[in-house]
Amino acid sequence: MLIKNPKSYELKEHQVTDETTYLNRRELLKKMGYVGTGSLLASASANAGPLDFFGKKEDDKVFARTALDFKAQPQDGSEILTPEAKVASHNNFYEFGLDKADPAKNSQGLKVDPWQLSISGEMNNPFTLGYDDLFKKYPLEERIYRLRCVEAWSMVIPWVGFSLADVIKAANPTSKAKYVAFETLYDPKQMPGQRSRRIGGGIDYPYVEGLRIDEAMNRLSFLSVGLYGKTLPPQNGAPIRLVVPWKYGFKSIKSIVSIKLVEKQPPTTWNILAPHEYGFYANVNPAVSHPRWSQASERRITTGGLFARNRIETLPFNGYGEEVAALYKNMDLAKFY
Amino acid sequence: MWLSKSIVHLASLLPLCWLYYHAINDTLGADPVETVIHFTGIGALNLLLITLLISPSAERFKQPKLLKFRRMLGLWAFTYALLHLLNFIAFELQFDWSLLFSEIVERPYITVGMAAFVVLLLLTVTSVNRIKKQMGPKWQKLHNWVYIASIAVVVHFYWSIKSDIYEPGIYAIMLAWLLALRKLKIKRWLKIG
Ligand code: HEM
Repeated sequence: MLIKNPKSYELKEHQVTDETTYLNRRELLKKMGYVGTGSLLASASANAGPLDFFGKKEDDKVFARTALDFKAQPQDGSEILTPEAKVASHNNFYEFGLDKADPAKNSQGLKVDPWQLSISGEMNNPFTLGYDDLFKKYPLEERIYRLRCVEAWSMVIPWVGFSLADVIKAANPTSKAKYVAFETLYDPKQMPGQRSRRIGGGIDYPYVEGLRIDEAMNRLSFLSVGLYGKTLPPQNGAPIRLVVPWKYGFKSIKSIVSIKLVEKQPPTTWNILAPHEYGFYANVNPAVSHPRWSQASERRITTGGLFARNRIETLPFNGYGEEVAALYKNMDLAKFY
Repeated sequence: MWLSKSIVHLASLLPLCWLYYHAINDTLGADPVETVIHFTGIGALNLLLITLLISPSAERFKQPKLLKFRRMLGLWAFTYALLHLLNFIAFELQFDWSLLFSEIVERPYITVGMAAFVVLLLLTVTSVNRIKKQMGPKWQKLHNWVYIASIAVVVHFYWSIKSDIYEPGIYAIMLAWLLALRKLKIKRWLKIG
Protein backbone atom coordinates (compact mmCIF):
# COMPACT_ATOMS: atom_id res chain seq x y z
CA MET A 1 0.00 0.00 0.00
CA LEU A 2 2.54 2.48 -1.07
CA ILE A 3 0.83 5.80 -1.39
CA LYS A 4 3.02 7.58 -3.78
CA ASN A 5 3.35 11.09 -4.84
CA PRO A 6 3.72 10.92 -8.56
CA LYS A 7 5.83 14.05 -8.87
CA SER A 8 8.86 13.41 -6.78
CA TYR A 9 9.73 9.93 -7.69
CA GLU A 10 8.61 9.12 -11.20
CA LEU A 11 12.06 9.96 -12.47
CA LYS A 12 13.53 6.95 -10.77
CA GLU A 13 13.96 4.01 -13.09
CA HIS A 14 13.31 0.74 -11.47
CA GLN A 15 13.23 -0.96 -8.22
CA VAL A 16 16.72 -1.47 -7.05
CA THR A 17 16.48 -3.93 -4.24
CA ASP A 18 20.10 -4.71 -4.46
CA GLU A 19 19.99 -8.46 -4.61
CA THR A 20 23.58 -8.88 -3.56
CA THR A 21 22.98 -6.79 -0.51
CA TYR A 22 20.07 -8.98 0.32
CA LEU A 23 21.95 -12.23 -0.07
CA ASN A 24 25.28 -11.21 1.29
CA ARG A 25 23.93 -9.44 4.27
CA ARG A 26 26.28 -11.12 6.63
CA GLU A 27 29.20 -10.48 4.37
CA LEU A 28 28.24 -6.85 4.14
CA LEU A 29 27.70 -6.46 7.82
CA LYS A 30 31.12 -7.90 8.25
CA LYS A 31 32.59 -5.35 5.92
CA MET A 32 30.77 -2.62 7.73
CA GLY A 33 32.24 -3.92 10.89
CA TYR A 34 29.19 -5.08 12.75
CA VAL A 35 30.21 -8.67 13.07
CA GLY A 36 33.40 -10.55 13.11
CA THR A 37 36.91 -9.55 13.74
CA GLY A 38 36.33 -5.95 14.73
CA SER A 39 38.02 -4.40 11.76
CA LEU A 40 39.40 -0.95 11.56
CA LEU A 41 36.05 0.07 10.14
CA ALA A 42 34.21 -1.04 13.21
CA SER A 43 35.50 1.65 15.43
CA ALA A 44 36.13 4.28 12.85
CA SER A 45 32.93 4.20 10.87
CA ALA A 46 30.93 4.19 14.02
CA ASN A 47 32.05 7.51 15.23
CA ALA A 48 34.79 9.89 14.54
CA GLY A 49 36.12 10.78 17.90
CA PRO A 50 38.65 9.16 20.11
CA LEU A 51 36.05 9.82 22.76
CA ASP A 52 33.88 7.13 21.38
CA PHE A 53 33.85 4.69 24.24
CA PHE A 54 30.61 3.17 23.09
CA GLY A 55 31.93 0.95 20.34
CA LYS A 56 31.57 -2.34 22.09
CA LYS A 57 32.36 -5.37 20.01
CA GLU A 58 29.92 -8.18 20.38
CA ASP A 59 31.98 -10.61 18.44
CA ASP A 60 30.45 -12.73 15.74
CA LYS A 61 27.02 -12.87 17.24
CA VAL A 62 24.22 -11.91 14.90
CA PHE A 63 20.61 -11.97 15.91
CA ALA A 64 18.87 -14.85 14.13
CA ARG A 65 16.03 -13.79 11.86
CA THR A 66 13.50 -16.14 10.33
CA ALA A 67 11.61 -15.89 7.07
CA LEU A 68 7.95 -14.89 7.35
CA ASP A 69 4.81 -15.93 5.51
CA PHE A 70 3.01 -12.86 4.28
CA LYS A 71 1.07 -11.29 1.48
CA ALA A 72 3.61 -9.41 -0.59
CA GLN A 73 2.93 -5.92 -1.81
CA PRO A 74 3.18 -5.75 -5.57
CA GLN A 75 6.11 -3.50 -6.35
CA ASP A 76 5.53 -0.94 -9.01
CA GLY A 77 9.05 0.37 -9.18
CA SER A 78 7.96 3.85 -8.21
CA GLU A 79 10.46 4.12 -5.40
CA ILE A 80 13.90 2.78 -4.82
CA LEU A 81 14.05 0.73 -1.66
CA THR A 82 16.75 1.46 0.88
CA PRO A 83 19.04 -1.59 0.88
CA GLU A 84 18.45 -3.93 3.77
CA ALA A 85 22.00 -3.54 5.07
CA LYS A 86 21.43 0.20 5.44
CA VAL A 87 18.00 -0.16 7.01
CA ALA A 88 19.60 -2.47 9.55
CA SER A 89 22.68 -0.37 10.31
CA HIS A 90 21.47 3.23 10.51
CA ASN A 91 19.21 3.38 13.51
CA ASN A 92 18.09 5.68 16.24
CA PHE A 93 17.46 3.39 19.19
CA TYR A 94 19.08 5.16 22.14
CA GLU A 95 18.51 2.17 24.38
CA PHE A 96 21.49 0.73 22.53
CA GLY A 97 23.62 3.85 22.13
CA LEU A 98 23.50 7.27 20.51
CA ASP A 99 25.48 6.74 17.35
CA LYS A 100 23.53 5.51 14.34
CA ALA A 101 25.74 2.43 14.15
CA ASP A 102 25.48 1.58 17.86
CA PRO A 103 22.12 -0.23 17.88
CA ALA A 104 23.26 -2.77 15.28
CA LYS A 105 26.41 -3.38 17.29
CA ASN A 106 24.97 -3.51 20.78
CA SER A 107 21.60 -5.16 20.33
CA GLN A 108 22.37 -8.49 18.70
CA GLY A 109 21.90 -10.39 21.94
CA LEU A 110 18.39 -9.06 22.64
CA LYS A 111 16.07 -11.84 23.80
CA VAL A 112 12.70 -11.52 22.10
CA ASP A 113 11.25 -14.97 22.78
CA PRO A 114 9.42 -15.17 25.15
CA TRP A 115 7.78 -11.77 24.67
CA GLN A 116 4.67 -10.27 26.18
CA LEU A 117 2.75 -7.47 24.56
CA SER A 118 -0.08 -6.42 26.80
CA ILE A 119 -3.17 -4.74 25.35
CA SER A 120 -4.98 -3.01 28.17
CA GLY A 121 -6.83 0.07 29.35
CA GLU A 122 -10.20 1.45 28.25
CA MET A 123 -11.50 -1.69 26.59
CA ASN A 124 -13.83 -4.60 27.16
CA ASN A 125 -11.43 -7.25 26.07
CA PRO A 126 -7.88 -6.77 27.34
CA PHE A 127 -5.43 -9.46 26.26
CA THR A 128 -1.77 -10.31 25.91
CA LEU A 129 0.12 -11.39 22.84
CA GLY A 130 2.99 -13.83 23.28
CA TYR A 131 5.89 -14.17 20.88
CA ASP A 132 4.20 -16.66 18.55
CA ASP A 133 0.95 -14.70 18.56
CA LEU A 134 2.79 -11.77 17.01
CA PHE A 135 3.24 -13.77 13.83
CA LYS A 136 0.12 -15.93 13.88
CA LYS A 137 -2.80 -14.06 15.30
CA TYR A 138 -3.24 -11.62 12.41
CA PRO A 139 -2.61 -12.24 8.72
CA LEU A 140 0.72 -10.70 7.81
CA GLU A 141 1.07 -8.35 4.90
CA GLU A 142 3.88 -6.32 3.43
CA ARG A 143 3.77 -2.54 3.28
CA ILE A 144 6.37 -0.42 1.60
CA TYR A 145 6.50 2.87 3.47
CA ARG A 146 8.64 5.94 3.39
CA LEU A 147 10.25 6.64 6.75
CA ARG A 148 11.10 10.28 7.41
CA CYS A 149 13.38 11.01 10.35
CA VAL A 150 13.11 14.34 12.14
CA GLU A 151 16.84 14.68 11.39
CA ALA A 152 15.94 15.23 7.72
CA TRP A 153 16.95 11.88 6.24
CA SER A 154 14.58 9.25 4.92
CA MET A 155 14.39 5.67 3.75
CA VAL A 156 11.93 3.44 1.88
CA ILE A 157 11.34 0.21 3.78
CA PRO A 158 9.36 -2.97 3.07
CA TRP A 159 7.78 -3.80 6.43
CA VAL A 160 5.85 -6.95 7.26
CA GLY A 161 3.08 -6.87 9.85
CA PHE A 162 -0.57 -5.98 10.41
CA SER A 163 -2.75 -2.96 11.00
CA LEU A 164 -2.79 -1.48 14.47
CA ALA A 165 -6.54 -1.15 13.97
CA ASP A 166 -6.88 -4.97 13.93
CA VAL A 167 -5.51 -5.16 17.45
CA ILE A 168 -7.57 -2.25 18.77
CA LYS A 169 -10.77 -3.62 17.28
CA ALA A 170 -10.14 -7.02 18.86
CA ALA A 171 -9.85 -5.26 22.23
CA ASN A 172 -13.31 -3.73 21.86
CA PRO A 173 -12.56 -0.20 23.12
CA THR A 174 -14.90 1.69 25.43
CA SER A 175 -16.09 5.21 24.72
CA LYS A 176 -13.35 6.53 27.01
CA ALA A 177 -10.61 5.28 24.71
CA LYS A 178 -9.43 8.59 23.24
CA TYR A 179 -5.72 7.95 22.94
CA VAL A 180 -3.31 5.04 22.61
CA ALA A 181 -0.19 4.89 24.77
CA PHE A 182 2.75 2.70 23.78
CA GLU A 183 5.72 1.58 25.82
CA THR A 184 9.08 0.04 24.89
CA LEU A 185 10.64 -2.81 26.83
CA TYR A 186 12.38 -1.65 30.00
CA ASP A 187 15.24 -4.02 30.67
CA PRO A 188 18.48 -2.29 31.71
CA LYS A 189 20.25 -5.65 31.76
CA GLN A 190 19.78 -5.96 28.04
CA MET A 191 19.67 -2.30 27.09
CA PRO A 192 22.88 -0.47 27.97
CA GLY A 193 21.31 2.93 27.30
CA GLN A 194 18.84 2.31 30.11
CA ARG A 195 21.68 1.48 32.48
CA SER A 196 23.74 4.55 31.79
CA ARG A 197 22.60 8.09 31.13
CA ARG A 198 25.74 8.62 29.10
CA ILE A 199 24.99 5.80 26.70
CA GLY A 200 21.26 6.46 26.64
CA GLY A 201 21.39 10.20 26.00
CA GLY A 202 19.87 11.25 29.30
CA ILE A 203 16.40 10.01 28.41
CA ASP A 204 14.09 8.75 31.13
CA TYR A 205 13.24 5.21 30.13
CA PRO A 206 11.12 3.37 29.22
CA TYR A 207 10.53 5.14 25.94
CA VAL A 208 6.87 6.03 25.57
CA GLU A 209 4.83 7.21 22.61
CA GLY A 210 1.22 7.90 21.80
CA LEU A 211 -1.40 8.44 19.14
CA ARG A 212 -4.89 9.81 19.10
CA ILE A 213 -7.37 6.95 18.70
CA ASP A 214 -8.47 8.06 15.23
CA GLU A 215 -4.83 8.22 14.14
CA ALA A 216 -4.29 4.75 15.51
CA MET A 217 -7.35 3.43 13.68
CA ASN A 218 -6.20 4.88 10.36
CA ARG A 219 -5.40 2.09 7.96
CA LEU A 220 -1.82 3.32 7.53
CA SER A 221 -0.94 2.80 11.20
CA PHE A 222 0.94 -0.44 11.21
CA LEU A 223 2.48 -2.86 13.65
CA SER A 224 5.56 -4.30 12.05
CA VAL A 225 7.05 -7.66 12.97
CA GLY A 226 9.42 -7.94 10.05
CA LEU A 227 11.27 -6.24 7.25
CA TYR A 228 12.60 -7.48 3.95
CA GLY A 229 10.57 -10.67 4.39
CA LYS A 230 12.15 -11.73 7.67
CA THR A 231 11.55 -11.04 11.35
CA LEU A 232 12.86 -7.69 12.55
CA PRO A 233 16.44 -7.32 13.69
CA PRO A 234 16.65 -5.88 17.22
CA GLN A 235 18.04 -2.55 16.03
CA ASN A 236 14.84 -2.03 14.04
CA GLY A 237 12.64 -2.81 17.01
CA ALA A 238 12.26 -6.58 17.29
CA PRO A 239 10.00 -8.33 17.83
CA ILE A 240 7.26 -5.76 17.23
CA ARG A 241 7.24 -2.04 16.53
CA LEU A 242 4.91 0.68 15.43
CA VAL A 243 5.15 2.32 11.99
CA VAL A 244 3.26 5.57 11.40
CA PRO A 245 4.60 6.71 8.06
CA TRP A 246 3.17 10.24 8.01
CA LYS A 247 4.89 11.16 11.26
CA TYR A 248 8.55 11.67 12.09
CA GLY A 249 10.38 8.45 12.86
CA PHE A 250 10.56 8.91 16.62
CA LYS A 251 6.79 8.30 16.83
CA SER A 252 7.32 4.79 15.48
CA ILE A 253 8.21 3.25 18.82
CA LYS A 254 10.25 0.04 18.90
CA SER A 255 10.21 -3.25 20.83
CA ILE A 256 6.75 -2.61 22.26
CA VAL A 257 5.57 -4.35 25.44
CA SER A 258 2.43 -2.35 26.13
CA ILE A 259 -0.40 -0.82 24.14
CA LYS A 260 -2.86 0.94 26.39
CA LEU A 261 -6.05 2.76 25.51
CA VAL A 262 -6.42 5.86 27.65
CA GLU A 263 -8.67 8.88 28.04
CA LYS A 264 -6.05 11.65 28.31
CA GLN A 265 -3.24 12.48 25.92
CA PRO A 266 -0.34 10.32 27.12
CA PRO A 267 3.19 11.67 27.69
CA THR A 268 5.68 11.01 24.89
CA THR A 269 9.42 10.70 25.35
CA TRP A 270 10.86 13.34 23.03
CA ASN A 271 8.15 15.79 23.92
CA ILE A 272 9.08 15.44 27.60
CA LEU A 273 12.75 15.90 26.76
CA ALA A 274 12.40 18.98 24.54
CA PRO A 275 8.80 20.24 24.26
CA HIS A 276 9.71 23.12 21.95
CA GLU A 277 11.35 20.81 19.48
CA TYR A 278 9.14 17.74 19.43
CA GLY A 279 5.37 17.88 19.67
CA PHE A 280 2.86 15.16 20.41
CA TYR A 281 1.65 15.07 16.81
CA ALA A 282 5.00 15.24 15.00
CA ASN A 283 3.41 15.04 11.58
CA VAL A 284 5.92 15.40 8.77
CA ASN A 285 5.52 19.02 7.74
CA PRO A 286 7.89 20.88 5.43
CA ALA A 287 6.34 24.17 6.51
CA VAL A 288 7.29 23.86 10.18
CA SER A 289 11.02 23.83 10.86
CA HIS A 290 12.64 22.07 13.73
CA PRO A 291 14.46 24.80 15.68
CA ARG A 292 17.77 23.32 14.62
CA TRP A 293 17.14 22.27 11.08
CA SER A 294 14.84 22.99 8.19
CA GLN A 295 12.26 20.34 7.39
CA ALA A 296 11.64 21.56 3.85
CA SER A 297 13.78 18.88 2.27
CA GLU A 298 15.43 15.60 3.15
CA ARG A 299 18.17 13.25 2.07
CA ARG A 300 16.84 9.94 0.80
CA ILE A 301 19.19 7.14 1.78
CA THR A 302 19.36 4.46 -0.90
CA THR A 303 22.46 3.23 -2.63
CA GLY A 304 25.32 5.40 -3.72
CA GLY A 305 28.12 6.95 -1.73
CA LEU A 306 29.06 10.49 -0.95
CA PHE A 307 28.17 11.79 -4.37
CA ALA A 308 24.62 10.46 -4.50
CA ARG A 309 22.36 13.39 -5.32
CA ASN A 310 19.66 12.41 -2.94
CA ARG A 311 18.18 15.61 -1.57
CA ILE A 312 14.46 15.73 -2.29
CA GLU A 313 11.59 17.91 -1.23
CA THR A 314 9.73 16.85 1.87
CA LEU A 315 6.00 16.39 1.35
CA PRO A 316 3.28 17.30 3.83
CA PHE A 317 2.38 14.19 5.85
CA ASN A 318 5.34 12.53 4.13
CA GLY A 319 3.23 12.20 1.00
CA TYR A 320 0.36 10.41 2.76
CA GLY A 321 -1.94 13.43 2.93
CA GLU A 322 -4.70 11.74 0.95
CA GLU A 323 -5.04 9.17 3.74
CA VAL A 324 -4.50 11.28 6.81
CA ALA A 325 -4.97 15.01 6.19
CA ALA A 326 -8.63 14.72 7.17
CA LEU A 327 -7.60 13.72 10.69
CA TYR A 328 -6.34 17.26 11.26
CA LYS A 329 -9.05 19.21 9.47
CA ASN A 330 -9.54 22.03 11.94
CA MET A 331 -6.15 22.03 13.57
CA ASP A 332 -3.40 24.58 13.30
CA LEU A 333 -0.49 22.28 12.50
CA ALA A 334 2.07 24.98 13.24
CA LYS A 335 0.75 25.05 16.80
CA PHE A 336 0.18 21.31 17.13
CA TYR A 337 3.54 20.32 15.64
CA MET B 1 62.62 17.50 12.82
CA TRP B 2 61.45 16.79 9.31
CA LEU B 3 60.68 13.24 10.36
CA SER B 4 58.41 14.21 13.22
CA LYS B 5 56.80 16.84 11.04
CA SER B 6 56.12 14.24 8.38
CA ILE B 7 54.54 12.04 10.97
CA VAL B 8 52.18 14.83 12.01
CA HIS B 9 51.27 15.45 8.39
CA LEU B 10 50.66 11.79 7.70
CA ALA B 11 48.68 11.30 10.88
CA SER B 12 46.41 14.14 9.81
CA LEU B 13 46.19 13.23 6.16
CA LEU B 14 45.77 9.45 6.20
CA PRO B 15 42.48 9.41 8.12
CA LEU B 16 41.07 11.74 5.49
CA CYS B 17 42.18 9.44 2.65
CA TRP B 18 40.59 6.51 4.43
CA LEU B 19 37.43 8.51 5.12
CA TYR B 20 36.84 9.72 1.59
CA TYR B 21 37.84 6.44 0.00
CA HIS B 22 35.09 4.64 1.92
CA ALA B 23 32.59 7.46 1.68
CA ILE B 24 32.85 7.60 -2.09
CA ASN B 25 32.58 3.83 -2.41
CA ASP B 26 29.58 3.67 -0.08
CA THR B 27 31.36 1.44 2.41
CA LEU B 28 31.23 3.92 5.28
CA GLY B 29 28.03 2.79 6.92
CA ALA B 30 24.54 3.65 5.83
CA ASP B 31 24.84 7.40 5.59
CA PRO B 32 28.32 8.47 4.50
CA VAL B 33 27.24 12.11 4.48
CA GLU B 34 26.54 12.19 8.17
CA THR B 35 29.72 10.26 8.91
CA VAL B 36 32.02 12.61 6.97
CA ILE B 37 30.45 15.67 8.60
CA HIS B 38 30.90 14.24 12.06
CA PHE B 39 34.38 12.88 11.37
CA THR B 40 35.74 16.16 10.05
CA GLY B 41 33.94 18.18 12.75
CA ILE B 42 35.36 16.12 15.60
CA GLY B 43 38.72 15.97 13.82
CA ALA B 44 38.86 19.76 13.55
CA LEU B 45 38.02 20.17 17.21
CA ASN B 46 40.56 17.56 18.30
CA LEU B 47 43.28 19.23 16.26
CA LEU B 48 42.31 22.62 17.62
CA LEU B 49 42.61 21.40 21.20
CA ILE B 50 45.94 19.71 20.47
CA THR B 51 47.12 23.01 18.99
CA LEU B 52 46.12 24.76 22.18
CA LEU B 53 48.00 22.19 24.21
CA ILE B 54 51.33 23.00 22.52
CA SER B 55 52.33 26.28 24.18
CA PRO B 56 51.54 25.23 27.76
CA SER B 57 53.40 21.93 27.22
CA ALA B 58 56.40 23.64 25.73
CA GLU B 59 56.55 25.91 28.74
CA ARG B 60 55.88 23.28 31.36
CA PHE B 61 58.35 20.72 30.01
CA LYS B 62 60.86 23.27 28.74
CA GLN B 63 60.63 21.97 25.19
CA PRO B 64 60.59 25.06 22.95
CA LYS B 65 60.95 22.77 19.95
CA LEU B 66 57.32 21.81 20.39
CA LEU B 67 56.34 25.31 19.25
CA LYS B 68 57.48 24.37 15.77
CA PHE B 69 54.42 22.13 15.50
CA ARG B 70 51.92 24.74 16.51
CA ARG B 71 51.31 26.36 13.17
CA MET B 72 51.07 23.13 11.21
CA LEU B 73 48.58 21.67 13.66
CA GLY B 74 46.54 24.84 13.53
CA LEU B 75 46.54 24.67 9.75
CA TRP B 76 45.41 21.07 9.86
CA ALA B 77 42.62 22.05 12.24
CA PHE B 78 41.55 24.63 9.67
CA THR B 79 41.79 22.08 6.87
CA TYR B 80 39.46 19.74 8.71
CA ALA B 81 37.08 22.62 9.47
CA LEU B 82 37.12 23.63 5.82
CA LEU B 83 36.31 20.08 4.73
CA HIS B 84 33.59 19.97 7.38
CA LEU B 85 31.98 23.06 5.88
CA LEU B 86 32.45 21.85 2.31
CA ASN B 87 30.95 18.48 3.20
CA PHE B 88 27.96 20.25 4.66
CA ILE B 89 27.50 22.42 1.58
CA ALA B 90 28.26 19.80 -1.06
CA PHE B 91 26.86 16.60 0.39
CA GLU B 92 24.31 17.57 3.03
CA LEU B 93 22.73 20.63 1.39
CA GLN B 94 23.87 19.62 -2.10
CA PHE B 95 24.57 23.19 -3.13
CA ASP B 96 21.21 24.56 -2.14
CA TRP B 97 22.68 28.01 -1.46
CA SER B 98 19.48 29.61 -0.30
CA LEU B 99 19.14 26.83 2.25
CA LEU B 100 22.73 27.44 3.35
CA PHE B 101 22.06 31.12 3.96
CA SER B 102 18.81 30.52 5.78
CA GLU B 103 20.52 27.87 7.90
CA ILE B 104 23.32 30.26 8.84
CA VAL B 105 20.80 32.89 9.88
CA GLU B 106 18.15 30.72 11.51
CA ARG B 107 20.04 27.93 13.24
CA PRO B 108 22.04 29.20 16.18
CA TYR B 109 24.38 26.21 16.09
CA ILE B 110 25.24 26.91 12.47
CA THR B 111 25.65 30.63 13.15
CA VAL B 112 28.11 29.90 15.92
CA GLY B 113 29.94 27.32 13.80
CA MET B 114 30.22 29.82 10.99
CA ALA B 115 31.61 32.47 13.35
CA ALA B 116 34.23 29.99 14.53
CA PHE B 117 35.06 29.13 10.95
CA VAL B 118 35.53 32.77 9.96
CA VAL B 119 37.96 33.27 12.83
CA LEU B 120 39.93 30.16 11.87
CA LEU B 121 40.01 31.40 8.29
CA LEU B 122 41.46 34.74 9.38
CA LEU B 123 44.06 33.01 11.51
CA THR B 124 45.01 30.78 8.61
CA VAL B 125 45.37 33.64 6.13
CA THR B 126 47.54 35.60 8.54
CA SER B 127 49.73 32.66 9.44
CA VAL B 128 52.11 33.34 6.56
CA ASN B 129 55.45 34.65 7.89
CA ARG B 130 55.47 37.72 5.68
CA ILE B 131 52.03 38.81 6.84
CA LYS B 132 52.87 38.01 10.42
CA LYS B 133 55.86 40.38 10.25
CA GLN B 134 53.83 43.12 8.64
CA MET B 135 51.15 42.91 11.30
CA GLY B 136 53.53 43.37 14.21
CA PRO B 137 51.81 43.29 17.62
CA LYS B 138 48.40 43.21 16.00
CA TRP B 139 49.13 39.64 14.97
CA GLN B 140 49.13 38.35 18.54
CA LYS B 141 45.93 40.19 19.30
CA LEU B 142 44.24 38.66 16.31
CA HIS B 143 45.49 35.20 17.11
CA ASN B 144 44.17 35.41 20.65
CA TRP B 145 40.80 35.02 18.99
CA VAL B 146 41.53 31.34 18.75
CA TYR B 147 40.20 31.12 22.32
CA ILE B 148 36.89 32.65 21.29
CA ALA B 149 36.73 30.35 18.28
CA SER B 150 37.34 27.26 20.42
CA ILE B 151 34.58 28.22 22.80
CA ALA B 152 32.28 28.82 19.84
CA VAL B 153 33.10 25.37 18.44
CA VAL B 154 32.25 23.63 21.70
CA VAL B 155 28.97 25.55 21.89
CA HIS B 156 28.32 24.60 18.27
CA PHE B 157 28.93 20.95 19.14
CA TYR B 158 26.68 21.10 22.18
CA TRP B 159 23.84 22.79 20.30
CA SER B 160 24.11 20.44 17.34
CA ILE B 161 23.24 17.45 19.45
CA LYS B 162 19.78 16.20 20.25
CA SER B 163 20.16 14.95 23.77
CA ASP B 164 23.64 13.76 24.65
CA ILE B 165 25.57 16.13 26.87
CA TYR B 166 28.47 13.94 27.86
CA GLU B 167 30.66 14.10 24.79
CA PRO B 168 30.42 17.87 24.32
CA GLY B 169 30.69 18.11 28.10
CA ILE B 170 34.04 16.34 28.09
CA TYR B 171 35.26 18.69 25.37
CA ALA B 172 34.02 21.69 27.36
CA ILE B 173 36.00 20.51 30.38
CA MET B 174 39.15 19.96 28.33
CA LEU B 175 38.82 23.39 26.77
CA ALA B 176 38.18 25.02 30.14
CA TRP B 177 41.36 23.42 31.41
CA LEU B 178 43.37 24.59 28.38
CA LEU B 179 42.09 28.12 28.88
CA ALA B 180 42.76 28.01 32.62
CA LEU B 181 46.38 27.18 31.85
CA ARG B 182 46.69 30.62 30.27
CA LYS B 183 44.45 32.47 32.66
CA LEU B 184 46.84 35.37 33.16
CA LYS B 185 47.41 35.91 29.49
CA ILE B 186 43.72 35.91 28.72
CA LYS B 187 42.95 38.29 31.57
CA ARG B 188 45.57 40.69 30.32
CA TRP B 189 44.25 40.42 26.78
CA LEU B 190 40.67 41.08 27.78
CA LYS B 191 41.68 44.10 29.86
CA ILE B 192 43.71 45.69 27.13
CA GLY B 193 40.96 44.79 24.69
C1 HEM C 1 31.47 26.78 8.95
C2 HEM C 1 30.36 26.61 9.52
C3 HEM C 1 29.96 25.26 10.08
C4 HEM C 1 28.87 24.54 9.68
C5 HEM C 1 27.86 24.92 8.60
C6 HEM C 1 28.84 23.34 10.46
C7 HEM C 1 27.87 22.35 10.35
C8 HEM C 1 27.78 21.28 11.18
C9 HEM C 1 26.77 20.25 11.08
C10 HEM C 1 25.66 20.22 10.06
C11 HEM C 1 27.00 19.36 12.07
C12 HEM C 1 26.24 18.08 12.32
C13 HEM C 1 25.07 18.23 13.20
C14 HEM C 1 24.35 16.92 13.28
O1 HEM C 1 23.79 16.49 12.27
O2 HEM C 1 24.39 16.30 14.34
C15 HEM C 1 28.14 19.81 12.80
C16 HEM C 1 28.68 19.15 13.89
C17 HEM C 1 29.92 19.47 14.41
N1 HEM C 1 30.76 20.48 14.02
FE1 HEM C 1 30.34 21.89 12.67
N2 HEM C 1 29.93 23.34 11.31
C18 HEM C 1 30.64 24.49 11.10
C19 HEM C 1 31.83 24.86 11.72
C20 HEM C 1 32.54 24.04 12.56
C21 HEM C 1 33.88 24.28 13.01
C22 HEM C 1 34.72 25.49 12.63
C23 HEM C 1 34.21 23.22 13.82
C24 HEM C 1 35.51 22.90 14.55
C25 HEM C 1 36.65 23.50 14.40
C26 HEM C 1 33.09 22.35 13.90
C27 HEM C 1 33.02 21.19 14.65
C28 HEM C 1 31.91 20.40 14.77
C29 HEM C 1 31.80 19.30 15.69
C30 HEM C 1 32.85 18.86 16.71
C31 HEM C 1 30.53 18.73 15.48
C32 HEM C 1 29.92 17.54 16.20
C33 HEM C 1 30.21 16.30 15.45
C34 HEM C 1 29.52 15.10 16.03
O3 HEM C 1 28.41 15.26 16.54
O4 HEM C 1 30.07 14.01 15.94
N3 HEM C 1 32.09 22.86 13.10
N4 HEM C 1 28.61 20.98 12.23
